Amino acid sequence: MWRYFGRKLFVYALTFFVAVTINWMIPRFMPGDPVRSMLARASVGDAEALESMRDYYSSLFGLDQPVWRQYLNFWGSLAQGDLGTSVWLFPAPVSEVIMGAVPYTLGLLIPAILLSWFAGNKFGAFAARGKWLDNTVLPVGYLLTATPYMWLGILLAWSLGIVAGIFPTAGAYGFALQPSWSWPFLASLLLHWFLPFLSLFLVAFGGWAIGMRNMIIYELEADYSNYLEALGAPRRLIRGYAFRNAMLPQLTGLALQLGTIVAGALLTEIVFSYPGLGNLILEALNNRDFFLLQGAFLFIVLGVLIANFVIDVLYVLVDPRIRMQMQGGTA
Amino acid sequence: MRNRMKPPAALLAIGLAATACTGEGGGGGGAGAYPRNETLYTTGTQWGPPANWNPIMNWTYATGTVGYAYETLFLYDPYADEYTPWLAESGDWTGEDTYELKLREGVEWTDGEPLTADDVVFTVELGQMDSVPYSSLWDWLDGAEAVDDHTVRFTFSDPRRQEWANWIYSNAIVPEHLWADRSEEEVSSGANEDPIGTGPYVYETHDEDRMVWAKNEDWWATEALGHEVRPDHIVDIVNSSNDVALGLLTQNDIDISNNFLPGVDQTIDGDPQISSYHPEPPYMLSANTAWLVMNMERAPMDDPEFRRALAHSIDMQRIVEGPYSNLVEPADPTGLLPAWEDFVDRSVVDEHGFSHDPDEARRLLEEAGYTDENGDGLVETPDGDPVDLTIIVPSGWTDWMEAIRIISESAQEVGIDLDAEFPDEAALQDARETGEFDMLINNERQLSNTPWTYYEYLFQLPVQERQTRTNFGRYENEEAWGLVQDLARTPVEDREGMQEIISELQEIHLTEMPVIPLWYNGLWSQVNNGTWTNWPSAAEDTPDHLPTTWRNYNQLGAILTLTEIEPAQ
Repeated sequence: MWRYFGRKLFVYALTFFVAVTINWMIPRFMPGDPVRSMLARASVGDAEALESMRDYYSSLFGLDQPVWRQYLNFWGSLAQGDLGTSVWLFPAPVSEVIMGAVPYTLGLLIPAILLSWFAGNKFGAFAARGKWLDNTVLPVGYLLTATPYMWLGILLAWSLGIVAGIFPTAGAYGFALQPSWSWPFLASLLLHWFLPFLSLFLVAFGGWAIGMRNMIIYELEADYSNYLEALGAPRRLIRGYAFRNAMLPQLTGLALQLGTIVAGALLTEIVFSYPGLGNLILEALNNRDFFLLQGAFLFIVLGVLIANFVIDVLYVLVDPRIRMQMQGGTA
Repeated sequence: MRNRMKPPAALLAIGLAATACTGEGGGGGGAGAYPRNETLYTTGTQWGPPANWNPIMNWTYATGTVGYAYETLFLYDPYADEYTPWLAESGDWTGEDTYELKLREGVEWTDGEPLTADDVVFTVELGQMDSVPYSSLWDWLDGAEAVDDHTVRFTFSDPRRQEWANWIYSNAIVPEHLWADRSEEEVSSGANEDPIGTGPYVYETHDEDRMVWAKNEDWWATEALGHEVRPDHIVDIVNSSNDVALGLLTQNDIDISNNFLPGVDQTIDGDPQISSYHPEPPYMLSANTAWLVMNMERAPMDDPEFRRALAHSIDMQRIVEGPYSNLVEPADPTGLLPAWEDFVDRSVVDEHGFSHDPDEARRLLEEAGYTDENGDGLVETPDGDPVDLTIIVPSGWTDWMEAIRIISESAQEVGIDLDAEFPDEAALQDARETGEFDMLINNERQLSNTPWTYYEYLFQLPVQERQTRTNFGRYENEEAWGLVQDLARTPVEDREGMQEIISELQEIHLTEMPVIPLWYNGLWSQVNNGTWTNWPSAAEDTPDHLPTTWRNYNQLGAILTLTEIEPAQ
């Protein structure tokens, strides 16, 4: 058992190292100079004055040092939990900027992913049973899962926000409010959260429902199901086994989804002007903000790795074959 | 299993219940800390979470840091061409090289300390740090001394009067008693949380997507000048999307949007509550000139005849009506903004000006020896080399992208092979600075107190390895640069002297054509009159200030807009 987790942990550590290194490299190989683009907005007429400002800020960010030195410095400060200073939101520390945005993104993503996974699986499994339900869920599911998050977001914002006027279309809470533990604030928070959540939820829901429906049908036609049926086992029991087997790929899918959905949230956040990580990543990219970009990706990499690790643990609980493997390993 | 399917349905119910509770839904609605009818909701300047309130960092401070919190010595009204004494009571050139400034008495910082001459001297002397944006001031300023509590005397080694007139309204004064102990790092790159200024608003709070200012009840100008800012609070909303801004505006969740909203002309025409400065095209005031910049170090752009021919080929009307749907105006051939109209020398324009005229463009090309030798419909240079040029603008700037497509088509029509390309913005910036381009569009200079800023952009010398702010086309003309420097030294009151120099500069510009003026970018501004009315407009009985919250525009009198708006009935 420990060997199993030990091996997994080693792979994760290696993945982390490589991902962070690539993440450090990419912005540095993009054209453009972050300090220059920052100072391009300064109203400085004199070229010499601008040059001296550039030198000053370059040394402030440590960008005047050789690349290998910058790389070492990066790991050094990372070890101390220091992600550097944002160029775009100068002089705010990157960690502070990210921590300000993360609650909004997680508040959107975690419920959207988990609820859509849960509801999608249930619904898909359910649909596999009834012809009538299957005929409606399948096309709707395909339609939903093929819809880009952003497009659905715009549709929702337009119909429920602008036309119907039920939901607000921008911000995380009413612009007239200050955060507090009061009902108006919490209600406003929920209200602003709902449309972006719904757009993420619906798209993911369609995908899960279709996947589960197909898996269940496949499992119900597998040899073991037929055998059980021939033995006269109750349908309920057969369904239970089919459901457990069909769950495995869905679990893997969940882990992958936790990683890739950030891209979906990015566009959703922009459509609803929701102040999460997605908005930050886009602006960081536009403004050549190396440090913020690195910080945001570091966060995502960590999130994906942790999610995968949790799924690995869950596998042990759900899939007896892995338990067998582990026992074989220790024996 | 049926029962377990409930969570999403339950959630939907909660969402709907929450809607029912607050009812008003929209951003500004509902009971909150900032009642709708006492608060001004704005958007359009703040492109990211507010991160600092440092007036020295003029490119990144939270909107309003200068104007709402910190103030300048003068305001300048570009349409009336008037300097309004603000923190200063008066300022005069008392000698060839000396300028004496009288400060207003009774002005206090929001912590209760009085504003004194020492604060002004201290602020000016901050420029001796290289990392402060106005450090070049000290190339021509000799010293500043406090004569008494409310008098400052400046002595100049090179009295550049136009430039000085620009400085005194562009830069905010900071309090010495709070800043004196700060290191260079804190001065030029500190966040300056809790800004203490003299202005009409004080810092209230901020979040990822908003900046909130609260009214300073003890603002000096209320007593001294009778100005009172009307909104109790200003909530400046951060947003990165034009669609969101338009949605908020039409729902009356924001009062003023200073975003460029393509197609907003239809909204203005269709919704009587939404208005802009002009009720018909171009709808907006003009804020800056977009130029076609040509690289003088590459053939055939180094030939003025070629540049003039290109200028004649461009169909500006198509650009104005197409990508801009009449939200902008074609530029005057001189490119001088409408606010500087008086400086345009019509006789020079009549003689050397240009307009869209493909036949004239073809004629000019042929006269200068650009002919189609190989019969492919495109001209070659007099040496017989093919002309194969590229014009670039940043990818994603949709209006500019559409504009250069039209420019490229116009050029093709007269036989110039010009292609449009859209590199990433940072790559373009790099190419622009190093001179690795054929042509591009740029609009670096804004509305200001003097066409000097405009001509400094066009003609600044010497050309350096990296051209960071001006003269991206690397045009070299000692005579023109000499004239620009003369202009810098001309007193702003000497209109005739200015006119004389500017006429000569116009003639050089139009005959040499280092850049081709294209159109005037608007001072994008659209307001919803649902909560606040009496916004500045072209109409007779409304204020004439600039209806904007843009950075560096409060000093151009935009701050006075807030004293004139009135609650809607």
